[in-house]
Amino acid sequence: MIAAVKRLSFLPALLPLAGCGGWQSAMDVHGTSAISLKQLIILVVATCSVVWMLVMIALIRALTRSHASRLTPTVVDRGMARRMAIAVIVAVAATVMVITGFTVGSFFSTRALSAAGADDLTIKVSGLQWWWNVQYFGATPDQNFVTANEIHIPVGRTIRFQLEGDDVIHSFWVPSLAGKQDLIPGRPNELSVRAERAGMYRGQCAEFCGLQHAHMAFFVIAESQAEFDKWADAQRRPATQPTDAEAAAGQQIFLSKPCAACHAVRGTKATGTSAPDLTHVGSRKYIGAGLFETTRGSLAAWIADPQTLKPGNNMPLVPLSREELLSVSAYLASLK
Amino acid sequence: MTESVIGPDTRDAELERPLVDAALENTWATASGFWSALATVDHKIIGRRYILTAFAFLALGGVLAILMRLQLARPEARLIGPDRYNQIFTMHGANMMFLFAVPVMEAMAVYLVPLMVGTRNIAFPRLNAFSYWIYLAGGLLLWVSFVLDMGPDVGWFAYVPLSGPQYGAGKRADIWAQMITFTELSALAVAVEIVVTVFKQRAPGMTLDRIPLFVWSMLVTAFLVILAMPSIMVASTSLILDRLVGTHFFNPAEGGDVLLWQHLFWFFGHPEVYIIFLPAVGMVSTLIVTFARRPVFGYLALVMALIATGILSFGLWVHHMFVTGLPRLGESFFTASSMAIAIPAGVQIFCWIATLWDGKPVWKTPLLFVIGFIFTFVIGGLSGVMVASVPFDAQVHDTYFVVAHFHYVLIGGSVFPLIGGIYYWFPKITGRMMSEPVGHWVFGLIFIGFNLTFFPMHILGLQGMPRRIYTYQPDMPWHGLNLFVSASAAVLAAGFLLFFIDALRSARAGLPAGANPWDAPTLEWATSSPPPSFNFARIPVVYGAYPLWEQREALSVADGLRVDRRELVVTSLVAAEPEARESSPRNSIWPLWAAITTTVMLIWSIFSPWAVVWGSIPVAIALIGWFWPKRVPEDEA
Repeated sequence: MIAAVKRLSFLPALLPLAGCGGWQSAMDVHGTSAISLKQLIILVVATCSVVWMLVMIALIRALTRSHASRLTPTVVDRGMARRMAIAVIVAVAATVMVITGFTVGSFFSTRALSAAGADDLTIKVSGLQWWWNVQYFGATPDQNFVTANEIHIPVGRTIRFQLEGDDVIHSFWVPSLAGKQDLIPGRPNELSVRAERAGMYRGQCAEFCGLQHAHMAFFVIAESQAEFDKWADAQRRPATQPTDAEAAAGQQIFLSKPCAACHAVRGTKATGTSAPDLTHVGSRKYIGAGLFETTRGSLAAWIADPQTLKPGNNMPLVPLSREELLSVSAYLASLK
Repeated sequence: MTESVIGPDTRDAELERPLVDAALENTWATASGFWSALATVDHKIIGRRYILTAFAFLALGGVLAILMRLQLARPEARLIGPDRYNQIFTMHGANMMFLFAVPVMEAMAVYLVPLMVGTRNIAFPRLNAFSYWIYLAGGLLLWVSFVLDMGPDVGWFAYVPLSGPQYGAGKRADIWAQMITFTELSALAVAVEIVVTVFKQRAPGMTLDRIPLFVWSMLVTAFLVILAMPSIMVASTSLILDRLVGTHFFNPAEGGDVLLWQHLFWFFGHPEVYIIFLPAVGMVSTLIVTFARRPVFGYLALVMALIATGILSFGLWVHHMFVTGLPRLGESFFTASSMAIAIPAGVQIFCWIATLWDGKPVWKTPLLFVIGFIFTFVIGGLSGVMVASVPFDAQVHDTYFVVAHFHYVLIGGSVFPLIGGIYYWFPKITGRMMSEPVGHWVFGLIFIGFNLTFFPMHILGLQGMPRRIYTYQPDMPWHGLNLFVSASAAVLAAGFLLFFIDALRSARAGLPAGANPWDAPTLEWATSSPPPSFNFARIPVVYGAYPLWEQREALSVADGLRVDRRELVVTSLVAAEPEARESSPRNSIWPLWAAITTTVMLIWSIFSPWAVVWGSIPVAIALIGWFWPKRVPEDEA
């Protein structure tokens, strides 16, 4: 087993070079609310920059104008004091106007953001240390399905995310699509998101949640309604049975080792719910909550040494021989 | 020599000046020696210790910051693991807020306020000694546990449930919570001393409109401490109870509430920012007057701005919770109040600029820091207005944008004036000047290093980089700026290092200062540098807000105080008319014993609730010793 770890340990070093198509920026926006937030941000920052420059001009002028010497500091020019009083009052009045404008503008853009429609698609996202459980609801309960760390949404439709914290507080944030919203144990929240353009957008937990707060990413993939329906149909189905011998062996190992106690693979005896659902793990772009792109190599590396790759996470090291490791990774990669 | 002349009830008016000095020195001085040093209640000795300790914690917190910048300089760096990193950023925040920023401002007040109001010691001087020992113990508790790998790792805000019994394993969160108890205890003690000193011990004639602005700012700050700190003590004590004896204040499964913690924490936590900021504002007002050589423009407006800021600071806490899902209309109220605090801030900025406008700037290091303060604080204030907006905050909350914002406010808004204040008051405290050329370098390095370090963090935040992450992946577009920030942090650190070197060198080898090297107008400059143990040989009487400018030849003084025992003048609250001669406590070792027994009880209670039962017995004994009746009149008319 140790040999297998050594053999595979170069993999995680190479994987990041593969790059990532996702964006995660409040300035590179593709969601309805993120677009209007960006407009607000630019307006406010521009106004504040002007205010700052005016204050700096006044300061520089105050310091550099020719000053009479002040041998008796207590003597004050009353005419100058009067003029300065007027200037200060005008400046304070201008301050009041600017912040009143900001307050009113902020109030109305908040109201605009929380508008939700009737035909909204509802997706429930639970934050756990340190991954995201994603539940889709169909027309009937048997149409429901569960996935993890990857959320597909149709472009142009408003999605109502139901957000729940299952252990500690997390925060759901896809800056290219919308502002963030906390997931708080005992206090369910909602967030409306609408993607304007197809694409893959990266999100990341924004509330400190313990050891692996840094590695709690997820992806939102916005696609056409047809592609989305196709994806959802595939996700609803139980896992395909392995066709080749290696993957079949991997399935046996997966089911007989502790893996199945925490993970679920629908269509098999593995029904654990304390870790990500792996029914279609091979179809997901990333594993380990945005840690590595999904490949057979990265799956094997992850299983071989989860505590080095993501120290402190809740996946234990399950001792496997080299052959077992290769089989299990083949099986998981086959779960498309 | 003195003994022959000094009998019971000898008054200073009966003696020649050299004899007064000798007699007062005999009465007030702290003898040399170890036990005397431990027993002293001299506000200057305690204030000096407080300042030095706080700056030691600043240096330690700075080392933690450098460690974080080393780790974040490269993506997926393996220099520091997540467990240690979480301890480091928690320690950095807790240390800087609770062990540096609040104590250093109170320390400056402990040293300066009695001098600035013209009295001989702070009110409740033994409580003052106690507060220092408790502060030191709390600081040591935090740092020793960090060295033992038991440092808190839940953030300086210690949100539940992460810090609760279920997820915060070990004693780390308890150590955080108990450290709060220590520092709050000491802060509350100092706050009470300052309020009483300012209310009752001002020099005769120092009416409300003649109080130096630094003293005003500390008075408002002291009230903020008294009103805000109980909230965090309730919160941290409830957390300890949840963890130690299984109460469920914050457990949603048992009817507790996770968000209750955030309300309690930020009801304290936002005023906390102003507890750090208002003293700095007071320093700026003081420095501007001296270095513009003009009475401050808009004294009344500045006092009102201090009070308004203090009041408004209690109505802002929810802006730390804009993304927790509170009702939108309620949030808008807090947007309005958070924006409104820009009004008193603006009033102050405009009054300072006006003072400089009509003054004659004296280009010394303290003034440079004041100018650096205005430059950076206005940026921090404006980014504060930005995050006060709910929708704006929805994007930048808990990102590096906020890290940039509050460092602009805390370093630019508070540490810049503080360093300027140290350059300003250093000659008073040590009798020696700090180096002016080195001071220019210190300012240049800190000012440039600070802006290069923290300005790019605004951009990182908008680019989606969350706070409190121990690393980030190479495919995120953040590594260039992070490397730049880390390199700039080295410039900032070099500035602070040079400052420490200059301070240490100047304390021993700086040029002798004289009583009033800056030709400053307030009373602390009316006595020698460093001041004698009794501060003023005769209590000054003031007729304006700038006594040393108004009475250049000789300051008016009052006499009639006894020199054979510690006495000071008690004056009326508003008009500062003399009311009584009050005795001031002598040195005592009991505050130290009370602090030691309290420390034992508090640290023991991290491990067992029985500590409160058995540990309180020695505390009671120490307090009985402390309060044992002295059978002398406390005050005489």
